[in-house]
Amino acid sequence: MLRRRLDLPLDRDGSGRFLPWIVALMVYLSSLALAGTLVVREVLERWDQGLRGTVTVELPAAPASGKDDGAVELALKLLRAAPGVISAEPLDTKRTAQLLAPWLGADVDLSELPVPRLIDLRVEPASVDLPALAQRIKAAIPGAELDDHRRWLDRVIRTGLALQAVAFAIVMLVGAAAVLAVVFATRTGLAVHHAVVEVLHLIGARDGYIARQFEWHALRLGIEGGIVGLVLAGLTVAGVTAAAERVGAIDDTARLLPLVEAPLYEWALLLLLPVAAGLIAMITARITVLRALSRMP
Amino acid sequence: MVRFENVGMRYGAGPEVLRDISLHLEPGSFHFLTGASGAGKSSLLKLVYLAERPSRGLISLFGREIATTPRREMPALRRRIGVVFQDFRLIEHLSAFDNVALPLRVAGVSEPQIAEHVTELLTWVGLADHLQARPATLSGGQQQRVAIARAVIGRPSLLVADEPTGNVDEDLAYRLMRLFEELNKLGTTLVVASHNETLVDRFDQPRLHLEHGELSLQPAPSKGKR
Repeated sequence: MLRRRLDLPLDRDGSGRFLPWIVALMVYLSSLALAGTLVVREVLERWDQGLRGTVTVELPAAPASGKDDGAVELALKLLRAAPGVISAEPLDTKRTAQLLAPWLGADVDLSELPVPRLIDLRVEPASVDLPALAQRIKAAIPGAELDDHRRWLDRVIRTGLALQAVAFAIVMLVGAAAVLAVVFATRTGLAVHHAVVEVLHLIGARDGYIARQFEWHALRLGIEGGIVGLVLAGLTVAGVTAAAERVGAIDDTARLLPLVEAPLYEWALLLLLPVAAGLIAMITARITVLRALSRMP
Repeated sequence: MVRFENVGMRYGAGPEVLRDISLHLEPGSFHFLTGASGAGKSSLLKLVYLAERPSRGLISLFGREIATTPRREMPALRRRIGVVFQDFRLIEHLSAFDNVALPLRVAGVSEPQIAEHVTELLTWVGLADHLQARPATLSGGQQQRVAIARAVIGRPSLLVADEPTGNVDEDLAYRLMRLFEELNKLGTTLVVASHNETLVDRFDQPRLHLEHGELSLQPAPSKGKR
């Protein structure tokens, strides 16, 4: 692959022997970081879409006497009459108990606790005026709250963005390390083949001609290493997912679905990593050689 | 063709290996460069074939002052100079054909033309049966001829040879010099460094003699001693 006639025997020296493996490691780490970023973003977008248009209305707990104070009926009447509201359904005691089970346990009798009463509201985000609706509910039922989950979701999204920034920083650091590896490999190649480089220079080869010899070599090594790294990353993701499923750490909804459902261009981004690695190696080799040649007479 | 004015040269912070060199080589001339080992012959030739820069003085080649010539124009100047290196400097992993083809390839000549010219030249120097031979498999004389073929394949205006006969027997050395004379008759300007006084004495060419880094011109013998 990508073999072409070279005046310099770059294939036969040790200067680039480890470069494909270094690039493979870099692409492996970058692939995992990028794949993680894609998964986090897809999950966040799913949650955002899932929660958009859903609002929870929280009414104060029923009186201790057990007598119906009519608050739920009043709230439902107000909510269903408001523009932009698609549906308003109260959560029954059983559903409320399910929601609270992680904190209170499954066997708790909610009738003995001052548990707020909840109404699940579906709205048309474009046409509903939530602040006005909240005002009306509060005025009619003191202590009522309207929660559009934004505050919780914003915190999660901020955390997700921070994770993406960390992943991006990892990719940048890995890229910088790859550039350094290529610089050292190229300099070693220049030192090993100094005599041949000098002959080419003296018979009138332009700097670009000599640099191209190193460029093509670096491009080939970069792409080869990149493909190995990408394949290893793919195997790692598949292996981790399979292991997690086996021990029950994740369920059906948390598999690779977010990654699989990522847009095509994001997939292409991952698949392009070996090409990017090759191009980075190529450009780095070119700059390194041109800088070294500029010091020749 | 080649003009040096008060040229001095030193390597790094060392002493001057060439001092106040002034010379003028006319187009089509043939000069031997003589002097004892260590006199500075190779250093002077390196200045001529643009492998080194002088530490002082002015050098002009083909009417261009080297100090003011932009770096991007230097390869074109170098292509007008053929060099036969003292140690041949053949590229070991390339065949004789590819070694000779190098100057044409770096100049962007098409492969069919390269094939035609290189084959023709290697045949002319008697290496038609060794086109694909690697330098390591060739004798010293054969390597020498490959090196000369590489130096002249681009039809240079100026041919510089640094001790081209240093590694061959006397008979072959004489024949190589005759080859240089033929090239000179075709219009190539030649500077051939040699410390072999006996060999140089057999030719009617003027000498540039270097001693302790200083150059003197000795005119051609009035009568050839061949």
